[in-house]
Amino acid sequence: MSDKLHIDEPTGTEFVGHEWDGIQELNTPLPRWWLWTFYATVVWAIGYVVLYPAWPLVSQATEGTLGWSSRGDLAQEMSAAEEARAATFERIAATDITDLADDPALLNQAIAGGASAFKQHCVQCHGAGAAGYEEYGYPNLNDDDWLWGGSLNDIEYTLTHGIRWEGSRETRLAFMPAFEGIFSSAEVDALAGHVLSFSGGSQSSTRGAELYELNCAACHQPSGEGDRMQGAPALNDAIWLYGDSRANIRQQILAPRHGAMPGWSDKLDPVTIRMLAVYVHSRGGGEAEAIPEEPQISDEVAAASTEEGNGNS
Amino acid sequence: MGTADAITATPEKGGRDWGEALHTTVAPGLERDAVAASQRKAAGPPPKIKLYEPRKAVHNKRIDGPFRRFKWLVMLVTLAIYYVTPWIRWDRGPYAPDQAVLIDLAGRRFYMFDIEIWPHEFYFVAGLLIMAGIGLFLVTSAVGRAWCGYACPQTVWTDVFQHVDRFFDGDRNARIRLDKAPWGVAKTSRRLSKWAVYLLISFWTGGAWIMYFADAPTLTYEFWRGEAAMVAYATVAILTFTTFWLGGFMREQVCIYMCPWPRIQAAMLDEKSLIVTYKDWRGEKRGSVKKAAKEPEKYGDCVDCLQCVAVCPTGIDIREGQQVGCITCALCIDACDKVMKDLGRERGLIDYATLEQCEAESAGAPATPAWKALLRPRTIVYCGIWGAIGAALLFALGTRAHTDLTVSPDRNPPFMLMKDGSVRNSYTLRLRNMESRPREMEVALVGLPEGAVLWTDQIGRDDAAPAQTLQVPADETRVVRAYVVVPAASSNVERFAFQLTSLDAQGEQDTEETTFANPGGQ
Repeated sequence: MSDKLHIDEPTGTEFVGHEWDGIQELNTPLPRWWLWTFYATVVWAIGYVVLYPAWPLVSQATEGTLGWSSRGDLAQEMSAAEEARAATFERIAATDITDLADDPALLNQAIAGGASAFKQHCVQCHGAGAAGYEEYGYPNLNDDDWLWGGSLNDIEYTLTHGIRWEGSRETRLAFMPAFEGIFSSAEVDALAGHVLSFSGGSQSSTRGAELYELNCAACHQPSGEGDRMQGAPALNDAIWLYGDSRANIRQQILAPRHGAMPGWSDKLDPVTIRMLAVYVHSRGGGEAEAIPEEPQISDEVAAASTEEGNGNS
Repeated sequence: MGTADAITATPEKGGRDWGEALHTTVAPGLERDAVAASQRKAAGPPPKIKLYEPRKAVHNKRIDGPFRRFKWLVMLVTLAIYYVTPWIRWDRGPYAPDQAVLIDLAGRRFYMFDIEIWPHEFYFVAGLLIMAGIGLFLVTSAVGRAWCGYACPQTVWTDVFQHVDRFFDGDRNARIRLDKAPWGVAKTSRRLSKWAVYLLISFWTGGAWIMYFADAPTLTYEFWRGEAAMVAYATVAILTFTTFWLGGFMREQVCIYMCPWPRIQAAMLDEKSLIVTYKDWRGEKRGSVKKAAKEPEKYGDCVDCLQCVAVCPTGIDIREGQQVGCITCALCIDACDKVMKDLGRERGLIDYATLEQCEAESAGAPATPAWKALLRPRTIVYCGIWGAIGAALLFALGTRAHTDLTVSPDRNPPFMLMKDGSVRNSYTLRLRNMESRPREMEVALVGLPEGAVLWTDQIGRDDAAPAQTLQVPADETRVVRAYVVVPAASSNVERFAFQLTSLDAQGEQDTEETTFANPGGQ
């Protein structure tokens, strides 16, 4: 009779011994390995607490005897990545920039490396899409118009030495004189009209042509094609660094703005600069290397420009 | 017992008691506690309750019969498939691996004989999983837990290990004796050599697994030279351990305590599913042959020989009815049939039957052959769905294109003004070649005005043309940066398309419409 107290008759299972208002709990024993598994997790937890960072303290957590940290992990991964790409960097450094295209795989790696460096160092001015900002005079790097040349070597040079950058004696240097106080307003207007007429934007005038011939043609060339040797922008195309309206052009004649770009030779290694050059060149406007030829300019222009035209040495 | 009845109140009585206790005094409660205490004192200390129980080792006896032979066959076929498949070679030409079944995780390809699955075609795998799901419904509704009983890896490897037990330690009785024997030299050496064989089988099992993920001969070579990837060694180690532990020691505990499958399957069984059943109306009351000979009308066919229990790989007594521990391997049917044959009684005291058939039979209807349970609307509908999905997958597989083009226009900057006033847009093209050979493909502009030209990052601007021919490497997606220029006068176009044509006998084509952004547009 007393046994019946401990065995549930319909199921033949014993009771645990609790009872709440006539409801009793049946005892279905857990397998013992289950308990062992629980103990194993406890042991694991103790081991983990000893080996790894675990208890949060006031300023940092306990360090654990393995000295593991997620920061250390990251540093390790970063150095591993650096090591992994070292060979590629060496090859890029050893290859002449114009020969990179012979090895499409290497070229692609250089472009990818350049794209990544561009995001870090260049987007602040030139924008994420390298389209520049017209209102600030940051040039667009995707088009086919280049102030200082769009060949790989030209771009690499610009990146290394900068534009109007004090850090390099070989920086790209060009200054347009301000004509404020020299020309009357009507003269500036005539001149702007003549400049716009190169790209068909306006009618030219005799006065404008005359003023241009005297004051501008030395650098910008008689028909406005510009001169990359001096960094004189072309005036006969559809692309305007500081805007294409008459007001923009008037302002640029009266008080020219001069954009500057830092050279990167003191911040970036030559390989990164090379990769950046390749990337910018690949944006769709890159030009082939210029075949050296004698500049066909008149003597006095040549004499005048030697002062400033030290850009492409 | 009278006092106990008073204490163990029925619910309604308990409710009244509580009410009274609240409204009157606490005395009845106190009195009750006192009674309970005296009751406990009278009964002595409560019996020790065991909340955990050790595993009772299962030493299943050797048996032969049609179901055992079928089990042998299934084991042989499944193990052969598992161990041999990665070693089958399949010529795919110089640009693709020659392993018949290969899951190339690094290359993101799945090869299965003539079929090659790319990541974007994962719906084929999803389809197969759906088929596996419906197949589960189908098999379970028709033949119950057949998966558990025959094809489940846990069942197959447990079976293998149980045969290793039998080989080293003899049959059931010898194994029970050895289990109880003290640990001496003989027992230790037997155990160690048995576990060594366990380990060998487990290692081979783990080793076979990784062969599905890399070229098998190369990987084997690298594996033994210590040159294989860390993940290969780790995988082998983990699978060796799980096989050794789950197959060698946990065995039926996996089915009873760990696996969700029996629960899922239990939910899918109905009264028309085949299960292994002890026909109690025929078997009861159990009694020995002698007793039954004396009083034949009092006893049933079951002679309580316990052979069904002895052969059971999960150690259950099928005569207790359907239970989660029964994997329906049907070895008890073989055992019982043998006994019945020896006694000259009709076979099938334990047999595959549906609950519905059981009910009919116990009411006196003749035994129905088991296969009749297979054909019924539910299984036919499952079959139909299963087959339809399979056919749809095959159709999709047969008609899929091996060429594809995707176009994404540059959004920053959306367009580019060129020196001569023309407008350029840049696009990233992805040319997919799903053939295992390099192909020439033509990309052409469709719907752009006269004078619109195209060049790429590899084809210079000097060679710009309305259409370009590109080489796409075998089994690859080539990413091409494309530039499209529209002359100044006609740059107000907004929509056009790239047309990709494979320049081979297939002549596959894919046209992808996209936008052309220009200064005058939105």
